[in-house]
Amino acid sequence: MPAQKDRWVSPLLFLLFCASSISRSGSTGLQQEPSPQHYFSGLEAGKASLAFFTHSVSPGAQPFLEQVESSVEALQDYGISVVKVNCPKEDVSRYCGKENALRKAFLFRGNRLIREFPTDALFDVNSIVANVLFALLFNEVKYVETLADLENIENVLKGKSNMVFAYVPATGTAEHRAVMEAAFVYGTIHQFVLTTEAALLKATSHDDPDVSSAWLLFCHCQRATDPGQPCRRTALAQPLTLLNIHRHLKLMGAPLVTEVAEDPEKISTVHLQLGLPLVFILSQKETYEADRRTAEFVAWQLLGKAGVALLSRDLVALNVLHRSNIALKTPDEGMPIQYLVLEDTDEVITLVEDKNKVKQIQEDEQEEEEDEDEKENNNQDIQDDQVVEAVSRDKKRELPLEQILVLTEENFHSSLSEVARTVVLFYASWEAVSLAVLRSYSEVAAQLKGAPGVLLSRVNCWDWPGLCSQENVTQFPTMKIYKEGQQSVTYDGMWGTEELSSFILLSRVSCPLRLATVDEAEGYLRGEFPSELSSHHHTSLLGVFSTATSAAREAFEEAGNILSGHVRMGMYFEDDAMALSRKYSVSPPALLLARSGGRSVEGIALSKHSVQDMVQMIRYELLDIFPEITVSNLPQYLQLGKPFLILFSAGDISQVESKEMLKLAEGRPQQAFVACWLNLKTTPVGHGILRTYFSTTPSLPVLLWVNIHAGGQVFKFPSEQSITQINVLSWLEKLQAGLEIPSSTLSEEDWKPPLPAYDFLQMMEPSVPELSSHTSPRPGDTAAQHPPKSPGGDTAGGDSAIREEPSQESTAEEVGSPGRDLRGTAPRLAARDKQGKRHGEL
Amino acid sequence: LGLALYACSLCAVSGATLLYHDYCVIGAGPAGLQVAYFLQQAGRDYIVFERSHAPGSFFALYPRHRKLISINKQYTGKSNSEFNLRHDWNSLLSHDRRLLFRRYSRDFFPNADTMVRYLEDFASLLELRVQYNTAIIHVTLEQNEQAWNGHYFLLTDQDRKNYKCSSLLVAAGMWVPNVVNFPGSEYVEGYETVSINPEDFAGQTVLILGRGNSAFETAENILGVTNFIHMVSRSRVRLSWATHYVGDLRAINNGLLDTYQLKSLDGLLEGDLEDLAIVKDKKGKLHITLRFYLENRNISAGIDSITLPQDELDNFATRAPYDRVIRCLGWKFDFSIYNRSLRMMPGKGNIKKYPQIKPSYESKGTRGLFVLGTASHSVDFRKSAGGFIHGFRYTTRAVHRLLENRHHGVPWPSTVHPITQLTNSIIKRVNEASGLYQMFSVLADIILLRDNATAFEYLEEYPIGVLAELEMQTGRKARNGLFVIIMEYGRNFSGADKDVFYYNRAVGEAQHAWQSNFLHPVIYYYKRLPTEREMKLRPPDWPLPRPDAIHHIVEDFLTDWTAPNAHILPLRRFLENCLSTDLRNFFAESCFLFAFTHQKLPPSCQQGYMRMQGLVGSQELRHHAVQAGLLQDYTHTDFSGDRLPDSHNGPQEQLMRDHGIPVRPLQHLVNAKDE
Repeated sequence: MPAQKDRWVSPLLFLLFCASSISRSGSTGLQQEPSPQHYFSGLEAGKASLAFFTHSVSPGAQPFLEQVESSVEALQDYGISVVKVNCPKEDVSRYCGKENALRKAFLFRGNRLIREFPTDALFDVNSIVANVLFALLFNEVKYVETLADLENIENVLKGKSNMVFAYVPATGTAEHRAVMEAAFVYGTIHQFVLTTEAALLKATSHDDPDVSSAWLLFCHCQRATDPGQPCRRTALAQPLTLLNIHRHLKLMGAPLVTEVAEDPEKISTVHLQLGLPLVFILSQKETYEADRRTAEFVAWQLLGKAGVALLSRDLVALNVLHRSNIALKTPDEGMPIQYLVLEDTDEVITLVEDKNKVKQIQEDEQEEEEDEDEKENNNQDIQDDQVVEAVSRDKKRELPLEQILVLTEENFHSSLSEVARTVVLFYASWEAVSLAVLRSYSEVAAQLKGAPGVLLSRVNCWDWPGLCSQENVTQFPTMKIYKEGQQSVTYDGMWGTEELSSFILLSRVSCPLRLATVDEAEGYLRGEFPSELSSHHHTSLLGVFSTATSAAREAFEEAGNILSGHVRMGMYFEDDAMALSRKYSVSPPALLLARSGGRSVEGIALSKHSVQDMVQMIRYELLDIFPEITVSNLPQYLQLGKPFLILFSAGDISQVESKEMLKLAEGRPQQAFVACWLNLKTTPVGHGILRTYFSTTPSLPVLLWVNIHAGGQVFKFPSEQSITQINVLSWLEKLQAGLEIPSSTLSEEDWKPPLPAYDFLQMMEPSVPELSSHTSPRPGDTAAQHPPKSPGGDTAGGDSAIREEPSQESTAEEVGSPGRDLRGTAPRLAARDKQGKRHGEL
Repeated sequence: LGLALYACSLCAVSGATLLYHDYCVIGAGPAGLQVAYFLQQAGRDYIVFERSHAPGSFFALYPRHRKLISINKQYTGKSNSEFNLRHDWNSLLSHDRRLLFRRYSRDFFPNADTMVRYLEDFASLLELRVQYNTAIIHVTLEQNEQAWNGHYFLLTDQDRKNYKCSSLLVAAGMWVPNVVNFPGSEYVEGYETVSINPEDFAGQTVLILGRGNSAFETAENILGVTNFIHMVSRSRVRLSWATHYVGDLRAINNGLLDTYQLKSLDGLLEGDLEDLAIVKDKKGKLHITLRFYLENRNISAGIDSITLPQDELDNFATRAPYDRVIRCLGWKFDFSIYNRSLRMMPGKGNIKKYPQIKPSYESKGTRGLFVLGTASHSVDFRKSAGGFIHGFRYTTRAVHRLLENRHHGVPWPSTVHPITQLTNSIIKRVNEASGLYQMFSVLADIILLRDNATAFEYLEEYPIGVLAELEMQTGRKARNGLFVIIMEYGRNFSGADKDVFYYNRAVGEAQHAWQSNFLHPVIYYYKRLPTEREMKLRPPDWPLPRPDAIHHIVEDFLTDWTAPNAHILPLRRFLENCLSTDLRNFFAESCFLFAFTHQKLPPSCQQGYMRMQGLVGSQELRHHAVQAGLLQDYTHTDFSGDRLPDSHNGPQEQLMRDHGIPVRPLQHLVNAKDE
């Protein structure tokens, strides 16, 4: 806010400065004149001066004098000098002679007397300035007493110029002064009218005004054409101070509606400069006239509160919703322009008025926040990494690692060869993520305790870096499964206990698992697995190949290697494979997918034979059509790069909703979106999402469209509508047509450093000269070898010869000079400089 | 292939008289064997020439008193083999775990014979190609445009046999004794030949010239049987524990300092040996006088006619006559075998015993000639460990990597990691890397940022003196800025006359890390590679030019920089601010929330969670994170959902309180670690 104030204070200050600089040429302070003759002879034509006459001793005028002295400067701003004229004792002229005159102040322009003021009317600075200016600006400021006088003036002004009508409860007040000062500046532009009559104020306003406070109305008479109608009026809503009046007049002087044909981001008007919002009416060629009328209407309503601009959309390419008709630009730096769809003009007005209210509140809050920010700047040394902090809070707890074999460089290879399958976690004992995973790993060990054919082990890379680099461990942690005689498999899944155990268990069986008979294959599809595989609850997959299609089979086997541990894969390639596949109406090579425990089997022909394609296809086929989104499966669905249609539900979703959503999901062959749901009971972090979108949790269930990848808009399906396929589809159509307004937008913020670092460079810099002065030798010693060192260390290039070997030179120096320092204390055998005297030291 | 063919045709033409190798190495000492190992591993065509019949001939003679002063630590409490090399100053680098010096000796300061045995094993176990009994007596150049460097090196051995090489690696060491000539220097015995039997010195008065480890080692040996020992040298004694330079006087040899300071007759004197003169009296006693007394006088005229200092100054310090004078002035490089065209010039000032080389260890005079081992110490003389096995084993590897890139198109080895591993990579290296630790302020790890700072490339132990030439020397690109990681002592801490035991010498707080005095990691950040000019104009005492940002990891008593809050957190903040990103780790649940509420994700979510490698975290951990106020717990939320602001603020304050308590009482422990 201070910044905004500055913006509109400065032109005023400039004005004042101009006014004052005229008069400042003379001396400041109260002028003293030895005699009336002297005073009158020195008066310049056209220059105003306020004089009072006094015998050298006049105790009664003393308090008045103080006030006059303090107003000298204020009056000088308006080119009025204040003079104290000493009356010689014998003087009996008009101003000095009468006792009466000595109680008055006289205002002259040139040597013409304009007004005489009784000193009791000049009780303080405000009254002095107000009264003096009032007298001087007799023509510029009309004083009226009746409504008729006012209407007369108004009628005369119509079509010519505007009128500023001010009511002050009394003259000589601060408000009066402010009006007069404004009139001094604007008097030639607008007609100023002043009254102290409360009745007049009542007659001019609609409701009952408070007559004890001053009012100022700006009357738009210049535009008024109808002689029968009074001019439009805009009241100044703030208290009458010079700044507020100036600001008000400035706003009134601005064009009612600004027509713009530019990007709103770049537009700046007097309103924005004065800290007021700017409303854009977005117009089109077809509706231009109507829009113009609307704009004017709104502008009149918002006069003094906001600016109105008419923006022609045909001239500016705007990347906003087509339906948007209003844009709001606030004066705050960096605030994005809001684009809105509003129904009528009242909404525009309430929007602006609410905005102003909100801003007030925000300002208060901001100050508090700034305080907090400052505090936080000192918190650089406080851990803000959730993983590191969690691990260090847990470090005292001893981990149950007895089940996990510790491997070293010595026993690594021998241990691997002893067991058919070894799981190895490579980690660094100082690294937080490693330690976090080690905790999950220890839980895995507890879960898998007694499971046959699994040996869990670990290698601390801080102890055995050679082993880790030999095993190609480039980051911590890394989990590998070593199988006898095979390449090790590196785990690439989530570091959760469930995921880790499932991977380890599934890895026990070869992938794909070769099935020998049709019965086995059928059983596999029904969900009859070897015990090692039964723990995995997801879809199983069976590749069926005829004996001829070896290329596809090899690719499938290779894909199995890659997906090993993540997918349950079987393979059947006996002679009767044809019969098996025909049952599911595909011909080999084909994939059979047994979803949900074998209740449905789906056949897919394998057309692509490259390993990568096959892996991708299998991954894709394993995705659910209408999945429950969880923390661990979200990335799989995000990889599809599609928007999300997501139903947030407190607990399981109802049958009806589930059915409708499934229909929606299946409805389109080329799915344009991911239809899914989120159970807030199992994924409580969903609450966090909803709060970010709506600040509170809305009534559940709630269906949202989230443009996760493009734009980030979030749309909320109207809660009053029921979630049916038809309703949702028509909503989606509207949404795509740009007819809906997003309820929220995902933050575009970059992930910047949370806190600043220690600026050691800055801390070190002041110490550099200190350092050099410390090591630099005494004058006359070896000064020639030491160039002066500049603080930044950027010495001029001339002494590069020395710099070529800075280390040697400087160490030699360090050795040399202190050695010499010790001359007096250490016995010396012989001195380099051969002086007889030196021997005395030996 | 073309090269190989060419090389072969060359053999054919020259026949038996001219043997060709891509690389010729002079000297089978530690550096020669070390580089031979790397050449062998890379499958290069090389040969090592050794004048003796076995490797390490210098160690067969020296040190005379047979005690190596390089430490051989048996135990460190750690099994990390890389870390342990920080405290193993004798082993050469190899993949063979049998060739660790602690398997050869249990002595903390091992015997030199063990070193000879070790080097023999190193050469034979690794089957290095060493040609013994071949003393190269002359090296010259043969201009040839097709040669790697525009010329071939022609080597001649003592049997006039010639060898031709494309690249010459000089690992000949420093074995020519430093001799001072002054009137009467013929009475001086050399360290090379002086008796090492203390009994030969019984009841004698001895003057030792020199103040290095060899001088003190000699004194130490005879300290108990002599009348007294005086030691003279030009400069004051430099103690390695004050200078942090292992070449200065080591505490193991400094028994004479004790007896001098306790007034037990022995003493130290400063003076220029050039001014000295020795005269022998009739009894065979040696008197010290000054050269200018002898000027214009015939020395053979007899002792009586020569003025002695005590004639004028009756309390002259060395007025007592000596029985023996021993010269222990160290060694210099053998410049004699190089033809003038090679321009092997001695350095200037206190490095005149070394040949002039660039920071890349290539000779300043001849392209393709590299100096390895002790003779290459001019790069970091009196600074780091480049003149000693535990230092030059790394610089030798660096030279080999430079050569691989220059001649064989093999870029400097590097690993590429996602940006989320940046903090970890640095922490791992500063905690275990031995090359960075031993060759502090000379070798640096370099991190080259890839596009948009999403990934980085890690290069180990690059010589920072040639940082400006990084792209050319390594074959790696540094277009997106780089970090340079080195180890440094406090700039104003070490020195011969410094009190290195003053109170509060150690810094304990991360925010004052830049004032750390003991060896600690420093990370320089440059938005672009410094230029040659910037390298030259760098501030005095700075190993590198002014960076765009710098970070010091606060010195640590245990040299263990893995503390999450004092070491890792400030480092992360520094890296984050250099890269303008958020490098925090997040649990999968946080990433899930971000995925639904932010259009962009922090790197750890992007490279972990989004690739289905999210960190789920155990129940306890998530609970701890919630308690710390760093994770929101939604499980117990009621559906009105108004608790958010409160429940968030509470734990935050909790977190601050929890931190406040443990830090303060520990302050004194952290600060004054040895008090």
